[in-house]
Amino acid sequence: MNNVFVYCEIEGQTVADVSLELLTKGRKLANTLGVQLECICAGSKLDGVEKQVLPFGVDKVHVFDAEGLFPYTSNPHTALVVNLFNEEKPQICLLGATVIGRDLGPRVSSALFSGLTADCTELEIGDFDMNVKNENGEMEKKHYVNQLYQIRPAFGGNIVATIVNPEHRPQMATVREGVMKKEVLDPNYKGEVIRHDVAKYVPETEYVVKVLDRHIEKAKHNLKGAAIVVAGGYGMGSKEGFDMLFDLAKELHAEVGASRAAVDAGFVDHDRQIGQTGVTVRPKVYIACGISGQIQHIAGMQDAGIIISINSDPNAPINTIADYVINGTVEEVVPKLIKYYKKNSK
Amino acid sequence: MSLKIVVLAKQVPDTRNVGPDAMTPEGTVNRAALPAVFNPEDLNALEQALRLKEQFPGSTISVLTMGLPKSAEVIREALYRGADQGYVVTDRPLGGADTLATSYTLSQAIKKIGDYDIILGGRQAIDGDTAQVGPQIAEKLGLTQVTYAEEILSLDPEKKKIVVKRHIDGGVETVEAPLPLVVTVNGSAAPCRPRNAKRLMKYKNATIAAERTPEQAEALAPVLEKKPYLNITQWGAADIDADPAQIGKAGSPTNVKAVQNIVFKAKESRTMTGSDDEIDTLIQELLNEKIIG
Repeated sequence: MNNVFVYCEIEGQTVADVSLELLTKGRKLANTLGVQLECICAGSKLDGVEKQVLPFGVDKVHVFDAEGLFPYTSNPHTALVVNLFNEEKPQICLLGATVIGRDLGPRVSSALFSGLTADCTELEIGDFDMNVKNENGEMEKKHYVNQLYQIRPAFGGNIVATIVNPEHRPQMATVREGVMKKEVLDPNYKGEVIRHDVAKYVPETEYVVKVLDRHIEKAKHNLKGAAIVVAGGYGMGSKEGFDMLFDLAKELHAEVGASRAAVDAGFVDHDRQIGQTGVTVRPKVYIACGISGQIQHIAGMQDAGIIISINSDPNAPINTIADYVINGTVEEVVPKLIKYYKKNSK
Repeated sequence: MSLKIVVLAKQVPDTRNVGPDAMTPEGTVNRAALPAVFNPEDLNALEQALRLKEQFPGSTISVLTMGLPKSAEVIREALYRGADQGYVVTDRPLGGADTLATSYTLSQAIKKIGDYDIILGGRQAIDGDTAQVGPQIAEKLGLTQVTYAEEILSLDPEKKKIVVKRHIDGGVETVEAPLPLVVTVNGSAAPCRPRNAKRLMKYKNATIAAERTPEQAEALAPVLEKKPYLNITQWGAADIDADPAQIGKAGSPTNVKAVQNIVFKAKESRTMTGSDDEIDTLIQELLNEKIIG
């Protein structure tokens, strides 16, 4: 009862990285609260799936293994999570801010009337004071202890908001892949494994959507794991403007990323977006080209080792966190980087 | 066979083009500096609705929004592009709603609109990026959902089936789902067609009651008898039988504890002008320290 839950996303038989990252975070939250960490693994042919999650410090694994549960569809997964939560009454539920998590989370929160915060970049435990109406209809201050602080950039990434759900449980949050760090707690961690009778949780009538066809492509790039990232912003001006970044990246054996503004403008594909609503990167070197540096972008790259900012605006916010600030236009500076890299690396 | 289509639309501040004046010196959002726009992915949803209407003549598209009276602007925009009618839910008690209170309010309005075969909306709005309202409406109406839709491949009104191509992480999938349902449309779907000049002339003076001064309302009354389409339906909380405990602030489980304008801790940085010498030296340093290789 009142434990921390993580919904584990499973592709085939493999638990997604984002879920393992959340287990690591969930373990820490559970320790702070003095409760247990539990997780849900739902899919097909999940024999032994617990071996993937237990090392992250899971005390109880709820396995739902049935034909129809993979590939994921909204209704059956909602039904099993909602019905399990009605029994278990978790205080916190974490999901990946993936297509699946963002499809499932809101449906579950609606069914349970619980608050859900999307795309959190930090999760903490703390207290909260709020004025509430008492029995006599008067406002009085109420103190809530050990609330989940759901912290996220908001309003297009220009401010950071801390959200709490004091009166409703579970407190639900989604987090993007790469935001939290995945760490094995103990390879031999002992937890309980419960294999549930799926039919008890998911009525036959919930299997309403049929997946006719499915294509998963291998990622075209390894932005998340790249040692050097060359990222472009709206200041690159065009799709063609990005070509020089691909040239620079090729020289440096780097990957190309982009800010949301550049993606929205159609300069590059969405899967290269870095930031709160894109990929989080932790490269050794981050070269920001024509990126102003909204909070939502910085949330996805602030842990980079060395940040080089190239911007014609000396007051660009990103310059404040940069180690090297080059005041100049990308058209001038980027070709010079290529030229002198070629000259000096030989 | 014709369809009854509901399209969800939201008027949002244009957070994509945030200038330096978007924040006040006190660190709050300067709303006046941000133009209000039709949420981009809601336009993708409208386009899917318009395509269905072309495929099934006689279909009707009702556009529904919730917001300030000014949000009637998105209804007019949708009428210019081919929607048939619009509804604006606006009322003071609805303010301060999180996604759950919003989805409750919209689901009540959809029940009041009544008959529907498909509810389309954008995947998410650019002011919150939560993608929660669509699925929450589906849950509240007891419907299934297809999120992240890129294209409606086919719809069979007799068998009450729809086939949709949708985006998934790292790929695409094609799903078959029963009508009625909620479909949220991704930005990668076809862009919305532009305004139609004739429709613009027809609907440019369409308003909701809250947008009219008493004088304008008086002058409009006789006109509305001949041109009822110039009145866009306006509903308050009572009109949609909303439970006061489930709307606005009261119906919102989430509370904003704090909002901060983050000030980054400035690092010790080296500033340069980008001259050849400086870049040459920088590259040599990075190479020597094996930071780049």
